[in-house]
Amino acid sequence: MPEAVLDRAHEDVHKTQPWNNPDAVPYIRFENVTKKFGDFYAVDDVSLDIYRHELFALLGGSGCGKTTLLRMLAGFEEPTSGKIFIDGVDMAGVPAYERPTNMMFQSYALFPHMSVEQNVAFGLVQDGVSRAEIKEQVADMLALVQMTKFAKRKPHQLSGGQRQRVALARSLVKRPKVLLLDEPLGALDKKLREQTQFELVNIQEKVGTTFVMVTHDQEEAMTMASRIAVMNEGVINQIGTPFELYEYPNSRYTANFLGQVNLIEGVLVDDDEKYAVIKSDEANCDIYIDHAVQGHEGMTFWVALRPERLRLTKDAPEDTKYNCLSGKVEEIGYLGGISTYHVRLETGKRIKVTEPNSTRQIEPRYTWEDSVWVSWEAGAASVLNK
Amino acid sequence: MSGKRSTFLISALVFGFAFLYVPILLVIVYSFNEGKLVTVWAGFSTKWYVSLFNNDGMIDAAWNSLRIGVMSATLALALGTPAGLVMSRFGRFKGRTLFSGMIAAPLVMPEVITGLSLLLLFVTLEQLIGWPAGRGLSTITIAHTTFCAAYVAVVVQSRLSGMDISVEEAAMDLGAKPGKIFFVITLPMILPALMAGWLLSFTLSLDDLVIASFVAGPGSTTLPMKVFSSVRLGVSPEINALATLIILAVSILIVIASILILRSERLRNRAANGGAEAT
Amino acid sequence: MSSDKLTIKQKFDRWMIKHGRVLVIGIPYFWLFLFFLVPFLIVLKISFSMAEYAQPPYSALFAWIDEGVTITLNFGNYLFLLSDSLYATAYLNSIRIAAISTIITLLIGYPMAYGIARARGSMRSVLLMLVILPFWTSFLIRVYAWIGILDREGLINAFLMWTGIITEPLIMRQTEFAVYVGIVYTYLPFMILPLYSTLEKMDISLIEAAMDLGCKPWQAFVKVTLPLSLPGILAGSLLVFIPAVGEFVIPELLGGPNTLMIGRTLWNEFFANRDWPIASAVAIAMLIFLVVPIMWFQHIQTKQEEREQ
Ligand SMILES: Nc1ncnc2c1ncn2[C@@H]1O[C@H](COP(=O)(O)OP(=O)(O)O)[C@@H](O)[C@H]1O
Ligand SMILES: [Mg+2]
Repeated sequence: MPEAVLDRAHEDVHKTQPWNNPDAVPYIRFENVTKKFGDFYAVDDVSLDIYRHELFALLGGSGCGKTTLLRMLAGFEEPTSGKIFIDGVDMAGVPAYERPTNMMFQSYALFPHMSVEQNVAFGLVQDGVSRAEIKEQVADMLALVQMTKFAKRKPHQLSGGQRQRVALARSLVKRPKVLLLDEPLGALDKKLREQTQFELVNIQEKVGTTFVMVTHDQEEAMTMASRIAVMNEGVINQIGTPFELYEYPNSRYTANFLGQVNLIEGVLVDDDEKYAVIKSDEANCDIYIDHAVQGHEGMTFWVALRPERLRLTKDAPEDTKYNCLSGKVEEIGYLGGISTYHVRLETGKRIKVTEPNSTRQIEPRYTWEDSVWVSWEAGAASVLNK
Repeated sequence: MSGKRSTFLISALVFGFAFLYVPILLVIVYSFNEGKLVTVWAGFSTKWYVSLFNNDGMIDAAWNSLRIGVMSATLALALGTPAGLVMSRFGRFKGRTLFSGMIAAPLVMPEVITGLSLLLLFVTLEQLIGWPAGRGLSTITIAHTTFCAAYVAVVVQSRLSGMDISVEEAAMDLGAKPGKIFFVITLPMILPALMAGWLLSFTLSLDDLVIASFVAGPGSTTLPMKVFSSVRLGVSPEINALATLIILAVSILIVIASILILRSERLRNRAANGGAEAT
Repeated sequence: MSSDKLTIKQKFDRWMIKHGRVLVIGIPYFWLFLFFLVPFLIVLKISFSMAEYAQPPYSALFAWIDEGVTITLNFGNYLFLLSDSLYATAYLNSIRIAAISTIITLLIGYPMAYGIARARGSMRSVLLMLVILPFWTSFLIRVYAWIGILDREGLINAFLMWTGIITEPLIMRQTEFAVYVGIVYTYLPFMILPLYSTLEKMDISLIEAAMDLGCKPWQAFVKVTLPLSLPGILAGSLLVFIPAVGEFVIPELLGGPNTLMIGRTLWNEFFANRDWPIASAVAIAMLIFLVVPIMWFQHIQTKQEEREQ
């Protein structure tokens, strides 16, 4: 455990990208882990590698098995089958109190009858650390989370944000190899949450501990994480950096979960080495893709279009053969910085478009029932097969 | 709240509390009656208190009851706390259904059955292994412990199931082993419930007539048994005096307890408000 | 981490935890088993034996005859319970008296609980304390208080005679009426407390919403408050009914010689007639026809609550 102590000069995983390096050794490894509650598969055959110094996020809707996965890492649940390794050690049969992990609970789980100081010291006391050392480390930790002033308070005398800091300090003070965070910011209000996101990332960079975080908030995951695993119904859908997941989703689920997307269902009609064409009943034009699609003609695909990558014009573009839909403005949402438009195509399909309001205008550019064209670059679309 | 309904509620409360308290007040008043008859006020006197304190049988019985009460409340706490812990924290184990049944059943068991069955147990055990030799304070204590332990278990269980389990998990996560978690985290958090459980057991034990009558032996007459045998025949001024003393003691204790609770609540509120101001 | 790599201390800790768990379950388990379950088996056994003038006063159920065990089951006690209508009457009486008292307690307790729940902050805690206070004072003494009131020479009679409304004292003690009074009086707090806690939790804006949607106050009560307080009604009624049905002290002190209740019958079989086998048979019958249905009902109840959550 001591080698995990404050190595401030740790590598920057964003630069080294160990996940792209076949020789890199994963720090945490899930091997075909399954957890059943009765007949119900809470986690279903998950395999996952997490590297040292990562801030890894498990992202998914409520009930998809994120917490269960985290609790298996902490040792509160035993996998029904499969193996978990931390730093090369098989964790099977290792009880929670001997694992090199610490957890920050969603409810914070502060000991109500102990002061802030005693809460933070608790883990060190269990390890039999000397009094003087405990005092010093607790003081350091409280300084790190800026709670020195409140050392003597009891948890019920603290605000939500302060409790969150104490919980963080308490779980970090033992210098765990891995810090587990279950919805760490879930109990805070929106403003405080956004501010705390960056603080948490800063603290992680300072202490260099590997963080595994559970969240259902895609914005939070994208802001904070080095990599994200998108979970759905006990299964991991996709793993990647925020950039990869947003730009190259592998499924409609991921595309929908991270940001907004228009999905157009169609059939592959022309497949070449350099391009592909998809015909759709939902769109009133054919869709041209500037790269090859893995599949054969006649297969069903979904074309994913991000609303901000679409262009909205009153006049028809020069070339209306491909990637050019016409319809009527059905709904307008003016959000200040951007405007969103729902365009209803003749086929009945609705397309969402967002436009930045980069210049000040005298009056809105479009109004209800305007006839408009929606177009996009051939490279803007991704093609999904599930 | 409409006026008509509030009048109805107020009169219900007045009537209800009168119903609850007038009989008690009458007992208190007549404990100071010079004469022996309930209906006739013969002047103020404390002579029944004097004769109560000179009634050795009554004093002995009270002493017996107190000893049994303290012993069985303490034992019930020692048995009921782990039982409640097992029910709320130990998950499934072999024989759990029987265990939960044995905790739930004493609460609905008519006292006459509990008393009879325990007496028959003691008699059988004495025949088989010579223990307990005769019946007395110890058999009453065992009997009271058994049904009080069930009450304590229920109190502890309900307190524990209302408590966030992740607090105990956090302790384990930070390196504390199960035994230590119980003493350092769980126990302090359920302390008020334990105190309530002890008091409840003590009261139930002090109050029990039926079970004690079955399992008592010579020389182990408890206060309720003594009171019962004298009031069976009708009103007795000495019992009025005893009742007054009991009511007085209980009221003082309750008032002190509620003042303490109120004060600690106020302190906590003030502290919480102070914390909120600091943010 | 394979077990050979564990330190001695870790091995010891794990051993302790494994066996500590067994101990924590085992001790209360053993106690309850020995002092709660086994006694019933003995009661069952003795209910099948015959009364004898001996110490203890029943015949042995097992006998060693020619180096073998013979078990003499004697159904005579149960047949006797069936043949003498006293027992069936006592059983039905107990249920009837307990049920009627429960209803009366509910009728008195509901408005009180409602009134307390709607009272202002500090007033509410005082009223609540006044409800709880009698519970901590002796049960026996609270029953006793009514002797002086209901007696032939008691306060009510004295008062009524003094006013001249009656000339002959009314017989109130040693009647079923006195038993009702006693039960309602002693168990009223048990009814009020659960009712209060459901009523207090109820959001007052629900009633306002109902009135806003056109309910008259009494309609709002019947359609909103009453259904929502059903769990409290049920809990309170059980808390009154269960002890009342096996009650011994109240019918003994306030009831007449023919106010038969099953708990009193058992007591008399045991103490007055010294017939332990019959008393045991009564106990077993009570267990089967009273305790088992109640526990079954409670079991269903908790199952349903769990399902609703
Ligand atoms: N101890 C348990 N017993 C039974 N089912 C459970 C238990 N813990 C979790 N589950 C179920 O497993 C699923 C995943 O739960 P969880 O991991 O907590 O989801 P989330 O992704 O919201 O954190 C849920 O459907 C939940 O009901
Ligand atoms: Mg969760």
